[in-house]
Amino acid sequence: MQARAITATAMRAATVAALLAPLAGCAAGVLDPVGPVGHGERTILFNALAIMLAIVIPTMIATIAFAWWFRAGNTRARYRPDFVYSGQIELLVWSVPLLTILFLGGVIWTGSHELDPARPLTSRARPLEVQVVALDWKWLFIYPEQRIASVNRLVIPVGVPVHFTISSASVLNTFFVPRLGSQIYAMNGMRSQLNLQADKPGTYWGQSAHYSGDGFSDMNFRAFAVPVAQFGQWTAAAAGRGPVLDAATYRQFARQSQEVAPFTFRAVEPGLFDAVVARRLPPAPGPERGRGGTGVSPGDAG
Amino acid sequence: MLGKLNWGAIPIDQPIPLIAAGAIGLILAGVLAWITRAGHWPYLWREWITSVDHKRIGVMYVLLGLVMLIRGFVDAIMMRTQQAAAIGGAQGYLPPEHYDQLFSAHGTIMIFFGAMPFIIGLMNFVVPLQLGVRDVAFPTLNSVSFWLTAAGALLVNASLVIGEFARTGWLPYAPLSETGYSPGVGVDYYLWAIQISGVGTLMSGVNLVTTILKLRAPGMSYLRMPMFCWTALGSNMLIVAAFPILTATLAMLTLDRYLGFHFFTNEAGGNPMMFMNLIWAWGHPEVYILVLPAFGIFSETFSTFSSKPLFGYRSMVLATLFIVVVSFTVWLHHFFTMGAGGDVNAAFGIATSVIAVGTGVKVFNWLFTMYGGRVRFATPMLWSIAFMLVFVVGGMTGVLLAVPPADFLLHNSMFLVAHFHNVIVGGVVFGAFAGLTYWFPKAFGFRLDERWGQIAFWLSITGFVIVFGAMYVLGLEGMTRRLQHIDNVEWAPGIYVAGGGMVFMLLGVVAQVTQLVVSIRNRDALRDETGDPWDGRSLEWSTASPPPSFNFAVLPDVHGEEAYWTVKERARKEQSLGDAPQYEAVHMPRNSATGFVTAFFATLTGFALVWHIWWLVAVSLVGAYATFVAFAWRDEGEVEIAADTVAAADRARRTARQAWLDRQEGAA
Repeated sequence: MQARAITATAMRAATVAALLAPLAGCAAGVLDPVGPVGHGERTILFNALAIMLAIVIPTMIATIAFAWWFRAGNTRARYRPDFVYSGQIELLVWSVPLLTILFLGGVIWTGSHELDPARPLTSRARPLEVQVVALDWKWLFIYPEQRIASVNRLVIPVGVPVHFTISSASVLNTFFVPRLGSQIYAMNGMRSQLNLQADKPGTYWGQSAHYSGDGFSDMNFRAFAVPVAQFGQWTAAAAGRGPVLDAATYRQFARQSQEVAPFTFRAVEPGLFDAVVARRLPPAPGPERGRGGTGVSPGDAG
Repeated sequence: MLGKLNWGAIPIDQPIPLIAAGAIGLILAGVLAWITRAGHWPYLWREWITSVDHKRIGVMYVLLGLVMLIRGFVDAIMMRTQQAAAIGGAQGYLPPEHYDQLFSAHGTIMIFFGAMPFIIGLMNFVVPLQLGVRDVAFPTLNSVSFWLTAAGALLVNASLVIGEFARTGWLPYAPLSETGYSPGVGVDYYLWAIQISGVGTLMSGVNLVTTILKLRAPGMSYLRMPMFCWTALGSNMLIVAAFPILTATLAMLTLDRYLGFHFFTNEAGGNPMMFMNLIWAWGHPEVYILVLPAFGIFSETFSTFSSKPLFGYRSMVLATLFIVVVSFTVWLHHFFTMGAGGDVNAAFGIATSVIAVGTGVKVFNWLFTMYGGRVRFATPMLWSIAFMLVFVVGGMTGVLLAVPPADFLLHNSMFLVAHFHNVIVGGVVFGAFAGLTYWFPKAFGFRLDERWGQIAFWLSITGFVIVFGAMYVLGLEGMTRRLQHIDNVEWAPGIYVAGGGMVFMLLGVVAQVTQLVVSIRNRDALRDETGDPWDGRSLEWSTASPPPSFNFAVLPDVHGEEAYWTVKERARKEQSLGDAPQYEAVHMPRNSATGFVTAFFATLTGFALVWHIWWLVAVSLVGAYATFVAFAWRDEGEVEIAADTVAAADRARRTARQAWLDRQEGAA
């Protein structure tokens, strides 16, 4: 579906891309996607931009042109102090933005549905399940089918859709790998759905894109997109070493910490993610104290 | 005795805030000492602190806004330099617990104590003059509003040295802002500062809505009001409708923090997402509260400096009201990434882009106001044209962010930061500067220095394009906001460029201050005797500069859309100002210390609540209430200004206008 969309709008996208080329050349960001979601979103970004530039650029030119031509010193410009209303211009000033927005509204409507993060990707391959927990201040990736978990390092197979189920141990975060596409909130007690796929092997920057406290700057990770066989090797290796993630370990792990070096858990207690979402494992604690004394709210004292 | 307050509250381990506070303290002490030595206290107390004159209050609002803009700008410099100094393993010079306060304070101060007072100040000063009336509907309430806003600003700035400010961002999203994750006093400072100033803002909104609806010069029908009055009406109706939502939301968070409620906690059935919904139900209209009056200012400047009436006046009124209504239906676009699903996201995305129809109409009407005009490039007009050019870009990126799939890539990124600075700086702040330069001669009787104004303009616009251009690029590169240090070295070039742009911005600010200083020193050369330095079109230019306390010797009688232009045209045609009117005594409201005293007690109440000094809470609440009762019981609410005084003041103005008319004749 995305491939077709790209071809259909190639011309327009190319124009915008040419305008944005100096930016895209700087670094690998959202304009250099490596998966279908990122591609689809970039296409919509370019389309929407092209639609709007079609009136924004003429407006900017007209602003400069009118201001310059009708400058007070220009004797050739005709002074028309009574030109304060024109039915035709009135029609123009309402209909041009309206038609643009109508057009854009269509893009928004179809785009919002086609690229809804919860919508499964069309693929012959069975999606890989990954459960994500945002903690203060690190990421936990649980692979329920492989029964392993990884901290601050996401490993996914290339060409296979990945279905992420995302929650938070404490405060708000967003799970975001810019070159894969869509970000979505990680919220305590809730389960967000996100479907992504990497089409090119590589190491991609991942991060929380929602400020979550003092350790926020360290809440980034690397996403490794590797060939399917290599993914199998990695999960097998991970299952052979590292600690076990059970409820007690999780409680300890959920306490605030920063700059946690990536490591893996060789086994994960079944249902751990559900226990976090259902708050059978209680929300993770905050800092011990802040400036101006400890918390006073009786409800939160425990 | 002092609740939670002890010596531990002073951040002795952090030299930067202490040095900053020390410097501010020294400057403040110096100013106070100078006032005392020069013996200005009685004058200040009589003419400014206790004044209920809308013009004086407007000037004080603008002054507060300017000072806070500088404070917020200092925060911005520190943020840019910290990020530039903390790339790839480096930690910079600000630890997270300080940096997080800094960006929270930057947003809070810029919006609540920089932009809001600036804009409210301009409305306060201009609206009654444009309506052709003598004051706002509730003059003493106006003074209370101002001083409560100042109280909030004082509390936020006190948090710099006594305790800490919020480390949650400028909107304290739950559950991060709950006691469990923010146990310090930072969020409490935020809550009480915003609640106290919020009461002031709400009352100011009520005041101006009432003024516009109920007090207009004879003949000034709604569709003869200047555009600025229309946008002020829209903005203040939004204040009245939206600020109670903010107050209620923050009150719920306060109950969570102080009394163990669970509105927004993770536990016990609290719903943090509800905080986001409620805060943005206020937050999005707030954007239009700020920008609508700026649109009004541009309508005035485009018309005046093109020597033409505003093009499509009725269309502009309609577009304003359209924006007022639609601004309440778009709040969800601030969290498309919550995962609400295609239908909901699409509905709010479309609603958001529909607002662009209203702003688009306005942009085109300003464009056609210049068409067929005689455009003069004075400083206010430069700000206005620059606004047009940058605002269409900011609007475009805004609509881009309203497209949910694009927002999934750009939400919370530096692109978003660039977008809202593009519209708030490029719209509100440029508008405020245009308004400041435009109405300054009205307020003080002399113009601002044109040369320094233009230097400030060119420096600021250069810095603006570099800083926010770089941020757009950084956002597209995937950089998120609020990072204390940068692990991804690919972003380094963009961060350095943005930092370099700040140099121009800083020089721009310096030039603005220089402009003020130079203008005050050369005030005799810059003096405007006619009261109408720009060849204006609305009623504020028909009275003297600065206007007398009663604004107009005789209330104007309005014919047509451009009240003063009509009068001037007639004078030009008949070669005469018309007969001197019959002067009568004027009754003006008496000065009152109510606002200042109430705000004094409100500051104490806020401070005591932050630190849990309960006895002081009780004492200061009683004090505030007693002040209000004392005011309610006063006997004499008005002073009479004798007809002779009124006549004398007006005669001076008429002489100057006669000289103007003679010059016109000579020119013709």
